[in-house]
Amino acid sequence: MLDFFVWTSVAILFLVLLCMYRVFRGPGVVNRIVAINIVGTKTITIVLFIGLIFQKIDFFTDIALVYALINFIGVLAFSKYFEKKGVV
Amino acid sequence: MDTAVSYAAGLLIVLGVILFALGAIGILRFPDFLTRMHAAGKCDTLGGLLVVTGIALYNGLALGSLKIIFIAVFIFLTSPTATHAIARAALKNKLPIWTRDEEQ
Repeated sequence: MLDFFVWTSVAILFLVLLCMYRVFRGPGVVNRIVAINIVGTKTITIVLFIGLIFQKIDFFTDIALVYALINFIGVLAFSKYFEKKGVV
Repeated sequence: MDTAVSYAAGLLIVLGVILFALGAIGILRFPDFLTRMHAAGKCDTLGGLLVVTGIALYNGLALGSLKIIFIAVFIFLTSPTATHAIARAALKNKLPIWTRDEEQ
């Protein structure tokens, strides 16, 4: 089961790399914020998989929870800021 | 019994990764920010929910699983909210929207 978790994490990491293309090349701010939101959700699952691989799931669950909070607040703050300022 | 729970957790995780892949393909291939949001929001919400639920199912009955389920509920609540906020920011500033006529 450990190999399954490792290879699933590698697959999700490859999908993160695919999404990073949209972060770097995406036209405008909105595409970048959408892609960053996706990358954040994938990072939460990768952190949980790391906790399963190293057998310290209680420790890494708190990190994933804090990462989910920071991801949500960051995306909301960016979208509110560009809503007021005007999207490039 | 234990192996059955492990197989169920693996099935949930594989389904979630397939949904993640569909969302990534949609992010790369769709022509517009609204269509990209359509692919990203739904696939990402359900995929994250399935993967995190599979991890909680593999972890078994413990206090840690309750926190992992809490992460799943949190993703299920916040991911559509973030997508809605981004879409409102884009629509209030009147970004150009892709139509079928631009393709020719």
